[in-house]
Amino acid sequence: MSPTITLDRRDFLRVTALAGGGFMLATYLEPLDVFAQGRGNAPPLEPNAFISIDASGIVTITAKNPEIGQGVKVMLPMLIAEELDADWKDVVIVQGDLNPAKYGNQSAGGSTATPNNWMPMRQIGGAARHMLIAAAAEQWGVPASEITTTPGRVVHAASNRSAGYGQLAAAAARMTPPPLASVVLKDAKNYRFIGKPMPGVDNHKIVTGQPLFGSDVRLPGMLHGVYQRCPVIGGKAISANLDAIKALPGIRHAFIIPDGVGGGSMSGVAIVADSWWYAESARKQLKVVWDEGKTAGDSTAGFAAKAAAMAPMAPHSTTRTDGDVDAALAGAARTVEAAYAYPFLAHAPMEPPNATAVFKDGTLEMWAGTQQPGGVVNTIATALGITAADITVHLPRMGGSFGRRLYNDYVIETAVIAKTIGVPVQIRWSREDEMKQEVFRPAGYHHLKGGLDASGSLVAWRNHFISFSNEAPPPAAGAPAQQGPAVRPAPSSTLSATEFPARFVPNFATHASMMPLGVTTGAHRAPGSCAISFVMQSFMDELAHAGGKDPVQFRLDLLARTPIALPQQGGGGGGGGFSAERMTGVLKLVAEKSEWGKRTLPKGTAMGVAFHFSHSGYFAEVAEVSVDANKRIKVNKVWVAGDIGRHIINPLNAESQVHSGIIDGLSQLMLEITVDGGKVVQSNFDTYPVLRMRQAPPVIETHWVLSDNNPTGLGEPALPPIIPAVTNAIFTATGTRVRSLPLTKHGFSWR
Amino acid sequence: MGQWQWANEAMQRLSSPVPQFPYNSAMPTTFTLNGKSTTVDAPTDMPLLWVLRDVLNLSGAKYGCGTGQCGACTVHLRGRAVRSCQTPLANVAGAAVVTIEGLSPDGSHPLQKAWERLDVPECGYCQAGQIMAAAALLSTRPKPTDAEIDAAMNTNLCRCGTYIRIRQGIHEAVRTPGAADAAPSMKDAK
Repeated sequence: MSPTITLDRRDFLRVTALAGGGFMLATYLEPLDVFAQGRGNAPPLEPNAFISIDASGIVTITAKNPEIGQGVKVMLPMLIAEELDADWKDVVIVQGDLNPAKYGNQSAGGSTATPNNWMPMRQIGGAARHMLIAAAAEQWGVPASEITTTPGRVVHAASNRSAGYGQLAAAAARMTPPPLASVVLKDAKNYRFIGKPMPGVDNHKIVTGQPLFGSDVRLPGMLHGVYQRCPVIGGKAISANLDAIKALPGIRHAFIIPDGVGGGSMSGVAIVADSWWYAESARKQLKVVWDEGKTAGDSTAGFAAKAAAMAPMAPHSTTRTDGDVDAALAGAARTVEAAYAYPFLAHAPMEPPNATAVFKDGTLEMWAGTQQPGGVVNTIATALGITAADITVHLPRMGGSFGRRLYNDYVIETAVIAKTIGVPVQIRWSREDEMKQEVFRPAGYHHLKGGLDASGSLVAWRNHFISFSNEAPPPAAGAPAQQGPAVRPAPSSTLSATEFPARFVPNFATHASMMPLGVTTGAHRAPGSCAISFVMQSFMDELAHAGGKDPVQFRLDLLARTPIALPQQGGGGGGGGFSAERMTGVLKLVAEKSEWGKRTLPKGTAMGVAFHFSHSGYFAEVAEVSVDANKRIKVNKVWVAGDIGRHIINPLNAESQVHSGIIDGLSQLMLEITVDGGKVVQSNFDTYPVLRMRQAPPVIETHWVLSDNNPTGLGEPALPPIIPAVTNAIFTATGTRVRSLPLTKHGFSWR
Repeated sequence: MGQWQWANEAMQRLSSPVPQFPYNSAMPTTFTLNGKSTTVDAPTDMPLLWVLRDVLNLSGAKYGCGTGQCGACTVHLRGRAVRSCQTPLANVAGAAVVTIEGLSPDGSHPLQKAWERLDVPECGYCQAGQIMAAAALLSTRPKPTDAEIDAAMNTNLCRCGTYIRIRQGIHEAVRTPGAADAAPSMKDAK
């Protein structure tokens, strides 16, 4: 059983009377307890319930998910406020602590907050409104059906009576909460919040510099620390000049955490001081004897050559075959063959990883900016020898993440250090720590061959994906010995068997082969898609040009085909629910808005197009790019068309998320992480130069297709297509087909 | 608990006396911080960023790179934008320092208001530095062009990619410096 509980499984609400005439509504997991508690036998006060209304009418709404800049701290309360019919002026939004039993899933990742919460958050708001109406009906002796609400007020028009939510809160607390599934939701035409621009709830604190982020946490007597891990990823600390470090100014503690503590390879040296600067300065004099381990043999320089050597060899596995690719390629009027490659990437959020903890009397209290707070508690409990119930986790705002804070290494080490020293401590990674101890977007290599018939139509597609693997876990006791290489794909190093154009090409094959890897890999904003889109949409562009077709029309023709039915083989995966109709809609819209094929552009300037489906979102993008004689690039404008369902819940934040995806994707065009002897070469923004203002396009134009589907998330799906949109534009502008990233390898730079 | 034996041993080995703050290299330094005379007893080579954050518990200026490349730590020193992570305490002796906390008494600086109105922040971590850099720009170029904005702001990184709204926010602050909040305002956020 997963320790987290999804909200849609909980149909029961619990209401609590508040002192002074208030009302509080919480979801309630165990239906039996509803009857056991009984009405009038109020359970103890729960400060983190979803909604509480006090006698003065102040409505406090809990934002349950951690905020990383994706706008969830305003979006989830908007959904509750909508169906509650709250007056925004009376709303106080409070960040919930970690409590999966109360709030269900509290992770941030995979653009899942919108689809997972669209229904339950509105139902909870609607249930509270239902109870306020029921209270008024009882007080006024009129049928509930005659009662309506205006923002913050219950109204009985027939008798000209009305009451503020605060006046009815005490009476509402005596009403029976309705089952969530029975709550009647608003007609969308009456929405007052959904679809309206709502600024971020922490904006005032941000612009006035008030404490807000994890690294802003200050506790009485708190110390500051650094944690030095082995420069070779996964290495272990054997010994260090700890006495010399302890003698330095401001240093309070210096100790080695050996291998095995914290349930994994977190071995390193902790230095704790009065100020982070003392700890960081002392680290410069730290001398550690490391056991570097096997990863010391990893170097990215060898990966590309090895991939090229593996490409013509028999693949380790075949994840999809349709028709007869060999025969179709042999009979094709024209074939195109190409090898594509993309590098490892770091997340580099502006706020490097950090956490704050205090261990006292067998309990741990933490302030941890993490995308996966629920996943870390049991690990910490095991590492510290306490129970999960002894751990409190507060969820401060995070200064970006892009997937990095899905991995809780910095949280676990902070907990272990806090228990070791017994005083409040904040462990903060330097930028260099962040870049060298990353969980990297895996590099990858694709060897592609495509076939066109005499009319330029795509008839065959083969992809041999050379990826990375970790060692397989040891076979279970009694299991037969494994045949073939004992490997499993490294995290995020896979390609879905249904990734487009799978299902839309009659003769199609995807093969995979693995290279062993010790470098840590994992999810990076739009995992998989952020790399795969470049390959798929670039090769598709090559095929369009080879067949003499317009790149937009070539794609529209592909999408118009009848797809091979699901489940075919492989099943599931990123492309499983792909709708060609929705993708056609955004592709046509972006072509129209960008005046694709209708504008005359100066020499060296061209437009490129690409689309990608990920995280349930459909995005087609056009980039207009200028390349000068010195191969300096300027992205003049980007047009975006997206389909994430029938409502853009918060258009102000939606546009931000699109800008963010585009600019993050543009950043990736010029970036790479390289590894030499198991050590990461890059260390800070001088060697990992993320996009700056002057390099950003002056205009990103965003358009929406409002299709009749429930709303889905927006943290990720706008990113993938921008990368091939730009490289496809570079081809049209210069005749140079970019088949590997970063662009710097081919002499390109930002203008 | 066996697995904690190593930690206990590590603590016992901490035999030398724990150094007390202030240290030998520390000396009182007086400067004006957000309009108030402030004296700190800290090493004169300690960067202003860590004096602000860890000694004075003023956390508006942020650490992003420690090498002067990202601008998250930007403050005003003698009216000019500087990287507080690259500014030793000695350099601020007798000088006026303004941080994001002191840019206006109540968040009413035209840039702060524009930032809220246009919803410029995403994660928000870099925005104190962005606003301080923009405020320094406006003090010398009251009506900057896009090119002047790009030139002045190019040294401030934003990983969320809010550059387009930052540019709009600066223009908006110039255009309507006293505009009231048009955006829906809630009571509070915690």
